[in-house]
Amino acid sequence: MTAGDTTTPKLRVQAASKVYQTASGNLLAIDGCSFDVAANEIVSIVGPSGCGKTTLLWSMSGLHSLSSGVIALDGKPITGPHPDIGIVFQEANLLPWRNLDANINFPFEIKGTQPDKQWVKHLLHRVGLDGFGGKFPRELSGGMQQRAAIVRALSLKPSVLLMDEPFGALDSFTRDEMNRLVEEIWLDAPTTIVFITHSIEEAIFLSDRVVVLSPRPGRVAKIYDVPFPRPRSFEIMATKEVFDLTNAIKLDIVGDRIAKSRPAEAVQ
Amino acid sequence: MSQSDAIPEFSKSRSGEGGEVSLTNLSAFSSGTGIRSGAEFLAIIAVAVAIIGGTELALRLFEVPQYIMPPPSEIVWALFDEFPLIAPHLGYTLIELFSGFTIGAVVGLVLAAVITQFPFAEKIIAPYILILVTTPMLALVPLLILRFGFGYTPRIIAVALAAGPMVMINAATGFRRVDSAKIALARSYGASTLQIFWKIRAPMALPMILVGLMIGAIFGLLTAVGAEMVGGGFGLGNRLTSYSSMIQMPQFFAVVLMLSILGILIYVLFFFIGKKWASWEA
Repeated sequence: MTAGDTTTPKLRVQAASKVYQTASGNLLAIDGCSFDVAANEIVSIVGPSGCGKTTLLWSMSGLHSLSSGVIALDGKPITGPHPDIGIVFQEANLLPWRNLDANINFPFEIKGTQPDKQWVKHLLHRVGLDGFGGKFPRELSGGMQQRAAIVRALSLKPSVLLMDEPFGALDSFTRDEMNRLVEEIWLDAPTTIVFITHSIEEAIFLSDRVVVLSPRPGRVAKIYDVPFPRPRSFEIMATKEVFDLTNAIKLDIVGDRIAKSRPAEAVQ
Repeated sequence: MSQSDAIPEFSKSRSGEGGEVSLTNLSAFSSGTGIRSGAEFLAIIAVAVAIIGGTELALRLFEVPQYIMPPPSEIVWALFDEFPLIAPHLGYTLIELFSGFTIGAVVGLVLAAVITQFPFAEKIIAPYILILVTTPMLALVPLLILRFGFGYTPRIIAVALAAGPMVMINAATGFRRVDSAKIALARSYGASTLQIFWKIRAPMALPMILVGLMIGAIFGLLTAVGAEMVGGGFGLGNRLTSYSSMIQMPQFFAVVLMLSILGILIYVLFFFIGKKWASWEA
C-alpha cells in the first residue's frame, strides 16, 4: 500500500489505457491509470459519469482487454475471465427466467462443478434471503436482487470481488443498509474488494482508500487514504474529518469548474 | 482484440423494455384481470346469449333466406349432423398443417439462430426472407400442384413456406435481443459460445420464439385451407368450396365455425405454453 512496498500487490493496475472504436471515431475511455490494491483491502473508484470507471473494472475482470498497459492479479497479467475474480454487476444482473436458487447455481452450471452447499446456505442466511430460493427476480425488491447477486458472486469464494456501481439504482436507505452489509461480510471474511461508485459518501464509508478518476478520459487524479476505524458508524460518518474528505474529493472531481465560476461558494 | 469490445452500456441493452411484442400482450386474456365474481361471469354469458340469440331472432323475424345467412342454431345443428362427413377432412387439414408447420418451424428456428450469429449473413439474407414473408404462398399453390400433383405434397410445402418465415423473423428478433451485461456475466464464469447460446440467448429469445410459432401456426392454417380451395378433392378448404357451390349454407358455416375453433385452439395452446415457460417477462 505504501510506496516502496516490496511484496507483490493483490492487484496491480499499470498504465492501463483503453480505446473503443465507435462509429464516430476512437474513444479514449481510460488513459494511463496506475494504482495497486493490497490483499484484503477495499478500494473504491469514484469519478463523474462516463469517466471510464466501468471500463476499468471490466478490464480488471478480464472481460475487456486493455489497449495498452497491464492489470496483474498476484503478479500475473489478467488476460481473460479468472476464477479468482468475482463480479457484482450494476442492477444485480440476475437472469429473470431463473428463480433465485437457479440464479445462484448458474456459475456452477457453466463451470460444471458443484457449489459448496453449506457455504451458499451460510451466505443466503448472512444476507437475509433464507427461504427465498424459489422466488423469481421480478418478485424481489431491488435490494434483495442485489443481495442475491452478492451471494452469487461470493458463492465461488473469489479472492477478489469487483463491484460495479452495485447499489446505484437503489434508494438511499436501502443503499446505506447494503453498504453496512458489505462491510459486515468483509469483517466476517476479508477479501479484496474494488468498488466502483459515483457516491463519495458510499466510497468513504466502505473503503480503505479512494481512487479519484478525472472526467473522460479517465486518469487517476488522486488517491486518498480513509483512516477511520471499522465498523464505521453513522457517528463517524458525521464527523468533520469525513466532511472535509468528502469536500476534498468533490473538489477534485468538479472543483475546477466551481472554483472558476463561483469561488466564494466553493470555499464555504 | 480490443476492437471487438463494446462500451459497457446497461441502460440501452436491457431486455423486456420498449414495449416489445410478447405473447402476453398480444393476448385478449391478459388484458383483463380475469373473471373474479359470479356477476362478471353472468354478464359475459348474458352478452353472448344476447348476441347469438339476437342474431337467431333477427334472422327468423325478417325471414332472411338460408342461402344468405343461416341462423346460428342451424349452423350448430349442421356441425353435429355433418360431423361424421366433415371429420375425415378435418384430419387431412390437420395432417397438412402439422407436417408443414413442423418443417417450416424447424427450418425457421435453425436459420434464425444461425444468421443472428453472423450479422453480415443476415444482411444478405434479409431481403429474401422479407419476400417470403410478404408474398402470399397461396399464389404458388397452382404451380406446386402442377409439379407435385393433387396430393398432400404441394399443400405441405405451401404451409411450410407460409409458417417458416413467420417463425424465423420473430425468432430472429428474439435472438437479436442481446443483453451485453448478461452475456458478460456468463463470460465471467468462462462460458463457451455454445453455453452462452443455450443458457442466455435461447431463454431470452423464448417469448419471441413462441410468438413466432403461434403466428406461424395460424398462417399455416390459413394457407392449408386456402391451398385446399385451389384444387384437390379433400380437406376443410375443399368442403368450403363444395358446400358453397351446392348452396348448403348451414354446412358451409359449420366448417367456418370449425376453422375458427381450430384457430382459437392454436392461440390458446401457445398462450398457455407462454404462460408456463415465458411468464418471467410479463
